[in-house]
Amino acid sequence: MTETSSQNANVVAELLRSWNPKAVAEVLEFRGETTIVVPRELLRATAEQCRQDAGLQYNLLTDATCLDRYPHEPRFELNYHLVSIPRREKVRLKVKLSGSDPVVDSLVLVWPGANWLEREIFDLFGIRFSGHPDLRRILLPDDWEGYPLRRDYPVEGYRDVPNTGELFRKSSTP
Amino acid sequence: MTTVETATGAAKTMVLNMGPQHPSTHGVLRILLELDGETVVKAVPDLGYLHTGIEKSCEDKTYSQAITLTDRMDYLNPLGNNLVYCLAVEKLLGLEVPKRAQYIRVMMVELQRISSHLVWLGTHAIDLGAMSVFLYCFREREEILKIFEMFAGQRMMTSYIRIGGVALDPPAGWRQAVERFLKMMPSRVDEYESLLTENRIWMGRTKGVGYISAEDAVALSMTGPTLRAAGVAYDNRKVFPYSSYEEFDFDIPTRTDSDCFARYMIRVAEMRESLKIIRQAFGKITNEGPIKADAPGIIPPQREKMKTEMEALIYHFKIFTEGFSPAPGEAFVTIESPRGELGCFIASDGSPKPLRVHFRAPSYINLQALPKLIEGQLIADVIACIGTIDIVLGEVDR
Repeated sequence: MTETSSQNANVVAELLRSWNPKAVAEVLEFRGETTIVVPRELLRATAEQCRQDAGLQYNLLTDATCLDRYPHEPRFELNYHLVSIPRREKVRLKVKLSGSDPVVDSLVLVWPGANWLEREIFDLFGIRFSGHPDLRRILLPDDWEGYPLRRDYPVEGYRDVPNTGELFRKSSTP
Repeated sequence: MTTVETATGAAKTMVLNMGPQHPSTHGVLRILLELDGETVVKAVPDLGYLHTGIEKSCEDKTYSQAITLTDRMDYLNPLGNNLVYCLAVEKLLGLEVPKRAQYIRVMMVELQRISSHLVWLGTHAIDLGAMSVFLYCFREREEILKIFEMFAGQRMMTSYIRIGGVALDPPAGWRQAVERFLKMMPSRVDEYESLLTENRIWMGRTKGVGYISAEDAVALSMTGPTLRAAGVAYDNRKVFPYSSYEEFDFDIPTRTDSDCFARYMIRVAEMRESLKIIRQAFGKITNEGPIKADAPGIIPPQREKMKTEMEALIYHFKIFTEGFSPAPGEAFVTIESPRGELGCFIASDGSPKPLRVHFRAPSYINLQALPKLIEGQLIADVIACIGTIDIVLGEVDR
């Protein structure tokens, strides 16, 4: 299993490198999973290439999610999990974003299914996706303050302590 | 209800609020429908009414504590949720699960698949006006829940699948119970089919309703019976086998008409395939053998050992106070839930609590295609389309 997956890693990385040498910043292997770290500027082009290239054919965007490494920088890591139904292969594209400028290109133009996945990430992590057609909160109310899945947001939330009139924790501006 | 004029000013459309409390949304889903007469012009789903922050809560618990939270996401498929979470943790740890436990897992999640499809069939039929099917479906689901109660002591929130194996040895008398179910169920599935498949009203309400092309379904990341009804034979049990599914002999039913009727036929066929898998797993599960991986420090020791061995007692104490720490890294595992591809992404930073737990919820992602299914259709078909993609709002909102 590990052998085939590392073969797949080589295939994906080589095909992407031959298309654009800058597209692959790093190739990671862990427990048989392949991760390709992509520079932020090249994300949409690389995703498009992954979907269209005849040797890759990653036609299904199965999942997109964010990971917050606060207090380390670059703080955010976006993980896109791609599946090629015809080739029966998986790969993960990863983009690293700094906490001061969490903006990345939207992939809705490449896979329309990215729409709600990106809205969820925007809602819970506050990452902005440029070019997204409808970037609104999806799970939380529109007037919610802060981004709950960030690591510096308390698990118990910001709330009043009964009978004291004081806030449990002071809200930090996101 | 408000009436608004469209940009052209020619036709008057009406915005109708459907839900969040509406029996056919199977939970709390709100949809804003813009109607031109009885035709849906635009549909905007609004969700989040059941958001409980399960992913955030997982970050504050040790790896084994979070299992009980996964039960509560997709409450029609708690065993599947347990399984995907445990598979992800096991992948992070590099843990090998004994074959016997894998077969028990397969049998349990396939029973769960049937019970989930039964709830789907019953409620979908009641939405479309076929009352009695619901009663028959829940009668059989009860039998499955009784089996779960035997195995785990719980009917629904079982938490039966644990990291490294399953919680308990199969109980005395389990073979008779499962055998009785296997004997009874095939004729019961025929019974549902005789009530619905050639029923003129059922065909009228479902045939040609809610069409989506295979290209659109893949582009919108749809998975599960909806995708297979569009002709794409994508099933995680075959494509990326887990928990020894590669040793089982079963088919992936597909159809090409991609309407509500096709999705109904797929799910009925899947129930029969699941019965095949359960029968094979039933034969593969030996009477004796380990149900948990041999990994001291991760798997809680047996009660008897704890009372006699000092080491076991120390491990027990450490596991339940501090937890265990997988190596830093990330793992993403997908399984085939009754609703589609259920995924779990876990990132570890080497501490006893996960850095991030994320669930790829098939209901959430399939629901995204709802406007595509219903725009241009009649308002009565909205009900059929919501039912046919089989959403569980607990999983949509998490």
